[in-house]
Amino acid sequence: MSHDTPILAVRGATMRFGGFTALSNVTADFPVGELTAIIGPNGAGKSTLFNILSGAFPPTEGEVLFNGTNVAGKRQHHFARMGISKSFQITNVFPELSVQENVRVAVQAMTRRFDLWTPRSRYREMIDRAVELLRVVGLENHRGRLASELAHGEQRSLEIAMAMACEPKVLLLDEPTAGMSPEETVGVIDVILTLAKSCTIILVEHKMKLVMDISDQILVLHHGEFLAKGAPHEIRANDEVKRVYLGEGRK
Amino acid sequence: MSDTAEPRPKAYWSRIVDAIARHRALAVLVVLLIFPFVLPYEALASNIVIFGLFALGFNLVFGYTGVLSFGHAAFFGVGAYGTGIAIVHLGLPWWVAMLIGVLAAGVTAMIMGALAIRTRGIYFAMVTLALAQCVYYIVYQMKGWSGGENGLNGVIVGQIDLGFASIDLLDPMQKYFFTLTFVALAIFIFSRILASGFGAVLEAVRENEDRARACGYDVRLTKWLAFVISGLFCGLAGALNAIHLSVVPIEILHYHMSGQVVMMALLGGMGTFFGPFAGAIVFLLLEDVVTTMTTHWQLILGLVFMACVLFFPRGVWGSVLQWVRR
Repeated sequence: MSHDTPILAVRGATMRFGGFTALSNVTADFPVGELTAIIGPNGAGKSTLFNILSGAFPPTEGEVLFNGTNVAGKRQHHFARMGISKSFQITNVFPELSVQENVRVAVQAMTRRFDLWTPRSRYREMIDRAVELLRVVGLENHRGRLASELAHGEQRSLEIAMAMACEPKVLLLDEPTAGMSPEETVGVIDVILTLAKSCTIILVEHKMKLVMDISDQILVLHHGEFLAKGAPHEIRANDEVKRVYLGEGRK
Repeated sequence: MSDTAEPRPKAYWSRIVDAIARHRALAVLVVLLIFPFVLPYEALASNIVIFGLFALGFNLVFGYTGVLSFGHAAFFGVGAYGTGIAIVHLGLPWWVAMLIGVLAAGVTAMIMGALAIRTRGIYFAMVTLALAQCVYYIVYQMKGWSGGENGLNGVIVGQIDLGFASIDLLDPMQKYFFTLTFVALAIFIFSRILASGFGAVLEAVRENEDRARACGYDVRLTKWLAFVISGLFCGLAGALNAIHLSVVPIEILHYHMSGQVVMMALLGGMGTFFGPFAGAIVFLLLEDVVTTMTTHWQLILGLVFMACVLFFPRGVWGSVLQWVRR
């Protein structure tokens, strides 16, 4: 594996749902250690690309390369075990389990999936790790509460902690700040920037300003097709991106 | 929490319930030990612990994994027929026969689970129902082995010699404690499984399948394994039932039996450890009392069931828990 092999990449990814083409022949690299944002107007294919990258479904055509190996078609749970972890667009936690247990179960998925005998209360290391992850996202004081009792923003943070539980090499976040208040958004951005130091992050996001501030790379999609990719200042100066975004903005 | 405030009666009850919950296997055992002495006759006590175990095993899939199976009569029935056939036709010792019954139920669950686990929700219930009916008709047709519609007669285990003592299974009290030994052991193992790491995975799957999958769990395999374990417990209940009744009636495989176990779990409280047992007690006691008054006992039972579902959706035990913890 050469040094510049991207940790994750898509090659000619196409996704058709019946007669509708959601994504058309998209090729892109996601280099190790970078924070890449996927943006585009509604219906651009952002979520489709996100789902393909995170293993929710395989592309109709094309390849998904993880460290240079095609992993398209592997089932969802294999993605987490390989080190590709994700948070969902709609908050997705275990509502009737405690906050700590939510994260602990996520940690457990890496090692003890079929341990029928050891009481889970004896998994000291997992519990410690869960508490540590909760500290990173600022939820350590809510450990004993049910996940369903948390505020919306807190649940999103909990999800990030769960996504981090498998010590991912790539973390995919689908609109991590959706529905959050400005204060909550600031908190989550801090968490994301902290995590970006230790792993590759790919996120789908609507909020333009936020994307410009935190991303190393921006990938722009439009009508399911690749439009542009580059650093934030390049994207800002790109005429085509301006046309798509501003043009639609004026309508 | 501060304990300085004057003790409220509910806090007192709450502490007792918490203590019971901590030592749940032990608590069940204590209740079951005094059981035959408070019930009108010992055979009813045996019946209750057997069905309690059946409902407990069923609840692993229903209450803990969140999957409604409508075919659990198959495991109960195959456990009973397996044991019965091994004793009557093969002349094997009782414990080998029971082992055969339990394993046969497990294999049945493996096959039914593999076929049904691709579906979800109501489709899963329908597929399991259909497969259990297949088992019913197969056994019904194997008249030479199963006795067909007459059931399998002569599953008689009289005397069990343990070396240091012997148990007379024709004595109802001794038979109850024979049965209880197995049920207690099963409850202990069951409790252990629920508290284990795998138990946590089951809860995660029940709470949110998508999230569990994204965490790296193979949801289908997890459900299948839960289904098989559930089948083993129900098979043990069936094996004990065969020895308890000395016959295996064909009705044991009928879909009524599948419905009955769903009712027991719902009556008692599906999300709780004790719920299924409580449900079995209520169901069988009601049946026992009402049949002496009218032949339409199912009508009365149905009304009670409807009232429970409407007014105590958490079931008998679930409502008790809710009341004391409020």
